[in-house]
Amino acid sequence: MHIPDNFLSTRVWLTLDGVAAPAVAWVARRAHKGLDEARIPLLGVLGAFVFAAQMVNFPVGVGTSAHLVGGALLTAILGPAPAALVMTAIIATQAFVFQDGGVLALGANVFNMALAGVLAAWVPLRLFSGRRRVSLFLAGFLSVAMSAGLALAELTISGIRMPPRLLALSAGLFAIGAIVEGMITLAAVRAIERLNPRWIGPAPANGSRAWAAIAFAAVLVVVVGLFAASGAPDGVMQIGQWADLHARPVWAAPMADYSLPAGPLWLRRPAAAMLGLGLVGGSAVAASYFLLRRRSS
Amino acid sequence: MHHVVVEQWSRRRSFLHVRDARAKLLVALALLAALATAPASPISAVPFAFLVLTGIAAARLPMASMLRKAAVVLPFSLLFALVEWAAGQPMAGMALLAKSYVSALTVLLLVASTPQPLLLSGMESLGAPRLLVLMAQTLYRYLFVISEQAQHMRLAASCRQGSGARRSRARAFQAAAGALAILFARSYSRAEGIQRAMAARGFTGDFHSLQRRSFNSRDTVFACAGAALAVLAHLVARRP
Amino acid sequence: MSPLIEVRGLRYRYEDGTDALRGIDFTVYPGETVVLLGANGSGKTTFLLHLNGLLQGEGSVRVCGMDVSPRNFREVRSKVGMVFQDADEQLFMPTVLDDVAFGPLNQGFPAEEAAARARSALARVGLGDIEHRAPYHLSAGEKRRAALAGVLAMEPEILVLDEPTTYLDPPAQRNLIGLLVSLPQAKVVATHDVRFAAALATRAVFFDKGRVAKEGKLDEIVELFQWDWGT
Ligand SMILES: Nc1ncnc2c1ncn2[C@@H]1O[C@H](COP(=O)(O)OP(=O)(O)O)[C@@H](O)[C@H]1O
Ligand SMILES: [Mg+2]
Repeated sequence: MHIPDNFLSTRVWLTLDGVAAPAVAWVARRAHKGLDEARIPLLGVLGAFVFAAQMVNFPVGVGTSAHLVGGALLTAILGPAPAALVMTAIIATQAFVFQDGGVLALGANVFNMALAGVLAAWVPLRLFSGRRRVSLFLAGFLSVAMSAGLALAELTISGIRMPPRLLALSAGLFAIGAIVEGMITLAAVRAIERLNPRWIGPAPANGSRAWAAIAFAAVLVVVVGLFAASGAPDGVMQIGQWADLHARPVWAAPMADYSLPAGPLWLRRPAAAMLGLGLVGGSAVAASYFLLRRRSS
Repeated sequence: MHHVVVEQWSRRRSFLHVRDARAKLLVALALLAALATAPASPISAVPFAFLVLTGIAAARLPMASMLRKAAVVLPFSLLFALVEWAAGQPMAGMALLAKSYVSALTVLLLVASTPQPLLLSGMESLGAPRLLVLMAQTLYRYLFVISEQAQHMRLAASCRQGSGARRSRARAFQAAAGALAILFARSYSRAEGIQRAMAARGFTGDFHSLQRRSFNSRDTVFACAGAALAVLAHLVARRP
Repeated sequence: MSPLIEVRGLRYRYEDGTDALRGIDFTVYPGETVVLLGANGSGKTTFLLHLNGLLQGEGSVRVCGMDVSPRNFREVRSKVGMVFQDADEQLFMPTVLDDVAFGPLNQGFPAEEAAARARSALARVGLGDIEHRAPYHLSAGEKRRAALAGVLAMEPEILVLDEPTTYLDPPAQRNLIGLLVSLPQAKVVATHDVRFAAALATRAVFFDKGRVAKEGKLDEIVELFQWDWGT
């Protein structure tokens, strides 16, 4: 899931660097506000812990094993902003020290795993805090599904031409990975709680439930959409093409790009598919926002 | 372990090692960007490979080990190169392979010629959030300690598995979760120990640092020349 | 002569209900080296953590005439240099020089002055040539001395050391003894190593289940509690 350099088109990595940099700065400010300064070393040490925890193998059958990714676990322990920041530090360390993931693609990887991944983990933790097991499993599942789905989408937009069957296969593998991450997150948090319940506080109660619900809807739409897109590219492409008709001028103008390996004609379709998904997601968010407003007022 | 070796390389002395971290970061970014935007042909990677290999030689780093270490990107790239090949674009696949390898080598050269603390403080002065930098610093420091602990635990676990009866998969899964929890407990108590040690030496929440950055005229020349070479390599790659 | 450390009736209970200290009286005068002996879990570490306010229990703890309370922490932590048992937890900065300068920087010295103090402390412990090394690559003996340099750079009046011989091989222990003997500060040292204690102690205190069971000459205490290999 760590995208190396040269896999993403300039348009994609540049945009995501542009999105991730201010987002990380914002997250850092937010994390700093709610943080006792004396706990700064804890964040760094937990980053090292996640690194090391990835060396612990979890058997998943047929002779294979999986390991923790960690975004959801950190979110459950630290809350969203510090977790996103720790994940950013981890991803940057992986890129620089281990050449695991690109440096130009750092924005994309941070966006997928540290920002969107942690958001996708936080939402069920916040929303279903009463049902611990469900929320922990969902947190792990959604965070990995989100990151993997986004990575797949970005590669596709960048013109990596995966045959539909392969795309569906990798989506399937990612879905299994997401289920395993859900199981590992659940098992690990419960084992940690058994050692000392104080280490993992109750789900943070800040932020309104309505926003969490909206974010949940958005996360679901994006995750389901991404998987649907990879499983049945043509269907989603239709929506995209429809959206393309309306949105092309806005989309194309600021993003003139000369370095794409694939011709722009070919590229327009998956890009439009993403845009279509964005529109669908946006309307779902808007709809759930109004519904919730109705109910609470 | 990979990071232990790279850490040791980064503390050598050479023309490249003594350059200011910011100058090296900028040159590396220029090279990466120039390569990424070069045409999708394996030939594109050649001028960049030449520059990076020259850099490795100038930094007096072991060429063969560097080349081997950068190969960590190859499995991933190879997969996608095959995908491109299957899609009838063998050249695009080769380009992906060559370019991602040279990019990884560029980043490796940067970290193998710059000690981590200097790299991090260079990033900070180029705008990375301070909290993130502090965290990355602690992460890197304890990566060595905690990953060693994890390896001991793995070893112990594999010893136990060898002798005991075969356990069911669910039990093994739970055992792995238990190992993770113990690793967490140790990390947590280590963090508490660190916090105590910091407080004992008068830490009240503000990190001060010894600023030893010195961007001299040689660094300026290096940064400009490096960026110019990156552009040149890009132009060469555009007109083979 | 007024005492450097004066502890009266100190009690401490951990959150989980463990009574770790049950009424400790303890005094240290300038120039003394007091060795704390006692079984694992007898409360030595817990006690030491009170000497600079990292833990606060009932009773009174005074250092250089000041109450150890939050408003004096800054002063007290400059006076009491504490070397912890696990050097990896004490050397948390990326290079040795950064680490040793951490204390002086917190004391408010400007960067140049802090670096100068750090360098002279490193020279004092015989590590003048490794200031740019990463702590991870040091030997156990070098780590311990670097940790000691980190507190010496703050120019404390009292050194507190918790099991300083942990992980050290005999030459490194000998080296540490030589170094400690040469330092003029008063010292409080918790240790299991009787030979190490014998090389330093002017006085010994025996801890038992959170109380001071006996105080006096080291060999008397060793004899009384049979705190040795036995001959
Ligand atoms: N963080 C802690 N929480 C609860 N109990 C503790 C903690 N640290 C130490 N103890 C207990 O306090 C007692 C004294 O421990 P300690 O001061 O470490 O002794 P010593 O250093 O002499 O071995 C022991 O019973 C120990 O189990
Ligand atoms: Mg102890």
